[in-house]
Amino acid sequence: MKDFIIPWNDADMGTPAKTGAPVTLTVDGAAVTVPEGTSVMRAAYEAGITVPKLCATDSVEAFGSCRLCVVEIEGRRGTPASCTTPVVEGMVVRTQSAKVQKIRKGVMELYISDHPLDCLTCSANGDCELQDMAGAVGLRDVRYEPGENHFDPTGTGALSMADAKRREGDGNFRYIPKDESNPYFTYDPSKCIVCSRCVRACEEVQGTFALTIEGRGFESRVSAGGAVDDFLTSDCVSCGACVQACPTATLQEKSVAELGTPTRSVVTTCAYCGVGCSFKAEMNGDQLVRMVPYKNGKANRGHSCVKGRFAYGYAEHKDRILSPMIRESIDDPWQEVSWDEAIGFAAKRLKSLQKDYGRRSVGVITSSRCTNEETYLVQKLARGVFMNNNTDTCARVCHSPTGYGLGQTFGTSAGTQDFDSVEQTNVVIVIGANPTDGHPVFASRLKKRLRAGAELIVIDPRRIDLVKSAHVEAAHHLPLRPGTNVAVVTALSHVIVTEGLMDEDFIRERCDWNEFLEYADFVSQERHSPEATEMLTGVPAETLRAAARTFARGGNGAIYYGLGVTEHSQGSTTVMGIANLAMLTGNIGRPGVGVNPLRGQNNVQGSCDMGSFPHELPGYRHVKLPEVRKTFEAAWGVTIDPEPGLRIPNMLDAAVDGTFKGLYCQGEDILQSDPDTKHVAAGLAAMECVIVHDLFLNETANYAHVFLPGSSFLEKDGTFTNAERRINMVRRVMAPKAGYADWEVTQLLAQAMGADWEYAHPREIMAEIAATTPTFAGVTYERINELGSIQWPCNDDAPEGTPLMHVDEFKRGKGRFMITEYVATDEKTGPRFPLLLTTGRILSQYNVGAQTRRTANSTWHEEDVLEIHPHDAEVRGVKEGDFVKLASRSGETALRATLTDRVSTGVVYTTFHHPDTQANVITTDFSDWATNCPEYKVTAVQVSPSNGPTDWQERYNAQAEQSRRILPAAE
Amino acid sequence: MSPEKMVTMANQIATFFMTQPGEDQASRVADHINDFWEPRMRRQLLDYVAAGGEGLSPLLIEATKEVREPAQ
Ligand code: SF4
Ligand code: SF4
Ligand code: SF4
Ligand code: FES
Repeated sequence: MKDFIIPWNDADMGTPAKTGAPVTLTVDGAAVTVPEGTSVMRAAYEAGITVPKLCATDSVEAFGSCRLCVVEIEGRRGTPASCTTPVVEGMVVRTQSAKVQKIRKGVMELYISDHPLDCLTCSANGDCELQDMAGAVGLRDVRYEPGENHFDPTGTGALSMADAKRREGDGNFRYIPKDESNPYFTYDPSKCIVCSRCVRACEEVQGTFALTIEGRGFESRVSAGGAVDDFLTSDCVSCGACVQACPTATLQEKSVAELGTPTRSVVTTCAYCGVGCSFKAEMNGDQLVRMVPYKNGKANRGHSCVKGRFAYGYAEHKDRILSPMIRESIDDPWQEVSWDEAIGFAAKRLKSLQKDYGRRSVGVITSSRCTNEETYLVQKLARGVFMNNNTDTCARVCHSPTGYGLGQTFGTSAGTQDFDSVEQTNVVIVIGANPTDGHPVFASRLKKRLRAGAELIVIDPRRIDLVKSAHVEAAHHLPLRPGTNVAVVTALSHVIVTEGLMDEDFIRERCDWNEFLEYADFVSQERHSPEATEMLTGVPAETLRAAARTFARGGNGAIYYGLGVTEHSQGSTTVMGIANLAMLTGNIGRPGVGVNPLRGQNNVQGSCDMGSFPHELPGYRHVKLPEVRKTFEAAWGVTIDPEPGLRIPNMLDAAVDGTFKGLYCQGEDILQSDPDTKHVAAGLAAMECVIVHDLFLNETANYAHVFLPGSSFLEKDGTFTNAERRINMVRRVMAPKAGYADWEVTQLLAQAMGADWEYAHPREIMAEIAATTPTFAGVTYERINELGSIQWPCNDDAPEGTPLMHVDEFKRGKGRFMITEYVATDEKTGPRFPLLLTTGRILSQYNVGAQTRRTANSTWHEEDVLEIHPHDAEVRGVKEGDFVKLASRSGETALRATLTDRVSTGVVYTTFHHPDTQANVITTDFSDWATNCPEYKVTAVQVSPSNGPTDWQERYNAQAEQSRRILPAAE
Repeated sequence: MSPEKMVTMANQIATFFMTQPGEDQASRVADHINDFWEPRMRRQLLDYVAAGGEGLSPLLIEATKEVREPAQ
């Protein structure tokens, strides 16, 4: 076997990579060939030569301000800056000479004269480019007297803080103390060298434009927001790009200041959202010092957001439960016990339930938070040990319609592109998604493309940030009424078909022509025109027509969508409508186009791939198919039930009916995240054995009989699959705090129930997945390590994976147009409930908030608030910040209101990150027709002034408190 | 589950396939239910139809002829 090299090298090459025709030049006598447009600095690096630099870094375009990187070029006068000089064929470069050495030394001397000499006690000691460069250029002396400076608070000429402490002086008016307002990093102006790398990173990488350089010359410094702002009050979203770019300790993680510089690093994958960013977990021993985005990560390309970058503290939080616990009844306090006892208790209960109530009386819920290997084992537990198909995943409540809709039209249940594809797109539709909050790193990549000229169409009831933010503005915003997605998408197709804007060649070649004709006939009907649907959807006909034309004529068109599409009673129909739109315009099968679901949680894609759904074995193959069952029956040595199992809502219904009695729930909090909380609570309360396997005593655990402590993503090996179908490695950086990784716990339970499982490492589980699932046939840990990551399908036909799907033909053969008739949801407004509630998430918090609430991210979002239009607020006597009662036919809750015209009149909006809010007490049991994905995004509600929490909230909290009591272990 | 909820869910499926072209809508409804409804849900549906099927759309009643009888 050939040796493989993991591309661990993530050194800074000074300026960004370019693509272009090859150019050959000589650097210090060595010939090197690089793409046209590359800087001399980067070319030198390619030739193995590092040129000193301060203001350049390869995440942002060169700026040429420090002049440390000067070189000599044959035939050119003077000493050009290598970072801003592009290569030319035949160029001869010298990076070292007496002349450039002298210039560099002079530059460094000036920098150091206005820099404190606190190196030994500086938090960046050993990790500071200014230090490195002082060494590299041979700076041995500073001839300047300590005159005016920014670092000596006493104004007495102290060279370091330590020195200043001993002196008294009248104060240095140029000195500015540290800005500690951000919970995760500090800004220490006294150490700033004004290289502007942070400013450029905030603009180019993140796209927030929060930073500027204020003042000129000696007065200039970095400023966040306006004159009176600090980092926290500015527009800063705490993505960390500036911290990453800063060469000094000026912008520095507080964790490094506290814990010291890390000594080793392990590349792993963020466990928050479906973007699946790669990170380096930087460690001291087994202590995590910081997470830094990994440059070679193909999903994030070196960028991050506040969650993955900083919000990992929950893994060490005191609320984590580290001992297994059991109790006879949910009215009892918890009893800490050994692993053996807890597993034995659980296995015995489950077995006796199956004996008394039948084989199908128990089931599992797999997690979109856990690894592929863990998910695979949990569904295997249901199928191979419980001997039924009662397995479901929380993807049920988010992206199950994506699976169904794309499966029907294209033949695969997944997005068609990789994230890099956005760099080649010309017009983007974002529908029912709020990427700047939900998928921040993707949003940054999208915004970068928009700033470069791509057009944007936003279809969302709310004026999300993308509609208008710094240097980005949507060409069209279609502010539809919640629940009318299908009508809007069909109207877009109406315009495209009736105005003859479709891509007929593509349709003839790639799709079923007869089905297209039927579809064209359907959408052309006058009742689907924007004019006819305007009253219903609230979208002005002209805006909709303009958007359709932009999309159809704009070149490469890509559609990105989120839960605002799927979480409706017609979720699956909208997904089909989106697929129709892509086929109609020929936007499938090449870079820059496609249909791209933005997945909520880190491993939604993976948990679906791994056979979590009750009707599908791994790889989306129905359990009714004998040949598929045979594969698994041979591998597992069991007989698989050919009948579909219960989906989550069905499990709860069956529990209330008394036929479903036991549940093993891994890494999910269905009580908080699923709709109609009262119904979920009733279902859980009716069960006789609820096993919760989680990091924390979550809300579901209030109804549990067994609690098995989970392991965080830092404590186990495995893989996550992101929204691009990219299988990323999760690497263990510390031992599981509770003793076992999650896959081991599932295995213990299976063994206790009689299974002969003997997995020694997750790698063996992946081998079984590859052996049984054709789309994963070529996936092994070795292969992932070698390639960095792999996008499935990966098999003999595509040994390196598949970045783009459906290139020459659709997975199912011909693309299939589906008729998408709009059907109004039964959830209608009326006199009692005149407003429509829709829900979403915000940047700093994540889903039910179990993790992010246990970090300093709560600085940005302490509670869920209700957004309401000022007009709707006024007629109800509601003022900014008032406590209001939010009621629907399911229940009522209370929270604070904020007045904003981001939402239209008639629509209110809230997030669901905090258990106190109980937004799901309000949501109803209506669901998608095909998949039972709940209709979170539309609930008819009424809002009225209130003076505090509702009775339900108080009763709920009392029950929760009662239920969380823990008795210490009996010795 | 409550009969009303089951009727709503079943009718939603019928409503979708009703709008699809072709002659075989009833079979497609039945296929969908056979593929996605667990045996006890199908049992409940079939029993409900046998008891009169109040509130179910005609297409759904038609489809139940092809809904697989769950084995005991
Ligand atoms: S953390 Fe991100 S958003 Fe905030 S200033 Fe730095 S780059 Fe800009
Ligand atoms: S804060 Fe850091 S990156 Fe920004 S200008 Fe100062 S030294 Fe450069
Ligand atoms: S964008 Fe998503 S995957 Fe990336 S760091 Fe943020 S939460 Fe993690
Ligand atoms: S690194 Fe080239 S001018 Fe600063």
